[in-house]
Amino acid sequence: MIAMRAQAIDTVAELFEDDPRVAVVLAEISVDRFEPVFAQDPARAVNVGIMEQTMVGVAAGYALEGFHPVIHTITPFVAERALEQLKLDFGHQQLGVLVITVGGSYDYGSEGPTHHSPGDVQAFLTIPATEILVPGAAAEADQLVRATYANGHLTYLRTQLVVNREPRDVEFGRLLIERRGTQATVVAVGPMLDRTLDATAGMDVTVLYATTLTPFDAETLNRELAGDDVIVVEPFYAGTLAGTLTAALRDRPVRLHAVGVPRAIIRDYGTPEQLDHVLALDAAGIRRQITSAIG
Amino acid sequence: MSTLTLDRDEIVRLAALATGDEKHEASSYSTLDALLVLYGRVLRVDPADPGWEQRDRFILSKGHGPAAYYAVLSWRGFFPEHWLPTFTRQGSRLGSHPDRLLVPGVEASTGSLGHGLPLAVGAALALRAKGGDQRVVVLTGDAELNEGSNWEAIMLAPQLQLGNLTLLVIDNGSSTIDLVPIHERLAVFGWHAEPVDGRDHAALEAALSARYDSPAAVVATVRTTP
Repeated sequence: MIAMRAQAIDTVAELFEDDPRVAVVLAEISVDRFEPVFAQDPARAVNVGIMEQTMVGVAAGYALEGFHPVIHTITPFVAERALEQLKLDFGHQQLGVLVITVGGSYDYGSEGPTHHSPGDVQAFLTIPATEILVPGAAAEADQLVRATYANGHLTYLRTQLVVNREPRDVEFGRLLIERRGTQATVVAVGPMLDRTLDATAGMDVTVLYATTLTPFDAETLNRELAGDDVIVVEPFYAGTLAGTLTAALRDRPVRLHAVGVPRAIIRDYGTPEQLDHVLALDAAGIRRQITSAIG
Repeated sequence: MSTLTLDRDEIVRLAALATGDEKHEASSYSTLDALLVLYGRVLRVDPADPGWEQRDRFILSKGHGPAAYYAVLSWRGFFPEHWLPTFTRQGSRLGSHPDRLLVPGVEASTGSLGHGLPLAVGAALALRAKGGDQRVVVLTGDAELNEGSNWEAIMLAPQLQLGNLTLLVIDNGSSTIDLVPIHERLAVFGWHAEPVDGRDHAALEAALSARYDSPAAVVATVRTTP
């Protein structure tokens, strides 16, 4: 199975070949994987070196001139280190860029907290009108990259190592209905889908699948709402989507529960799967948390 | 490129109309002569068509103290003079830091230091990719060069051989860190850098008009008020 990052890069390379307005700006990370675009047109592909703030600024310069820039690096080095550049160079100026990161949350589990970034989505949510995409499989990343690369918005696409068993036919801006029930509504985000379906096996709950977080599909959520409890299972800090869901459900009195990465520095090492278990974000841990939430 | 008569008194008069609450006066007036020379003699622009593809691009990186910038843009006809007294007032298009979505002729929205030079590098790359001969001129302050992001771009631009990029540093002695001589430090990184008197119009025009294979830096020293 092709990894999500590899697929996203392959898709960008195809778009780069087909659309002369695509530009790629890198900060050393994944330069080897982007070799085809450098070979095809080095005028539209630049590796600035290890300087993430300048990677964002240079991409904004391309955007000012009508290009559709794509930038890519390890999650915290752009989502956190270069957040002001993202906010001002793109958000404030209303320019478009597709930011693709690798290493969501604790994918770099052996590297320690310097390479963790469970706060990335929360950081992007501070920039108004940002589009946030969290695919759960490589094919979904492909669909979402194609749907958004030229949309003129600051768009963030987060890739992770752990993916769902089968990709869904996702659509930008739409929730998918995975299961219908009556007692509660569970919103599974990106790579959390399979384990959420496993965790809720035998439960009388609706399970919705989210790969576009902003703009959020409030219409489907409200239409499919089951019971008085809404549980969001998110692959980043627990509660990140609380504001988004509160806004989506503003006319509905519900109890909102967040199952996600605990808000603490993760000092343990290991694979993402091992850390999922430690943090109660494997299927068994999610089931315990959902059961505790809704009784 | 235009060859307008550089009516400095007129720019001072126009800048004085922008009497909002916050002017960063030293910052504003230290850029006045360089901006006048740029827009009067150096840059290829069309005020009737601010988005003209063949125009040269100018980015006021530091954003601060834009009264002189607004005065020069108004003088060139990008917007009417009667906008100037609205400076920083509620409902005005003219804030303390220029907004490209509000002010005709403003290429980039700036104000937070250290953003303009990386943007300018990207714009220069993009223009080269499009095959044009337009230039990108970006203005920073000397104190703005304290920001590390500038030095990222200062390292990068010569490696990319951006001959269509000019960095104009207005050295009004604001920097806490002793960068003098700035032009020598830039030259170490591969820029074609030269110092000029920031009030000397002929020297500014000559330095800002020159193009090289490598990016150019013009360090304009200003120690006097208008």
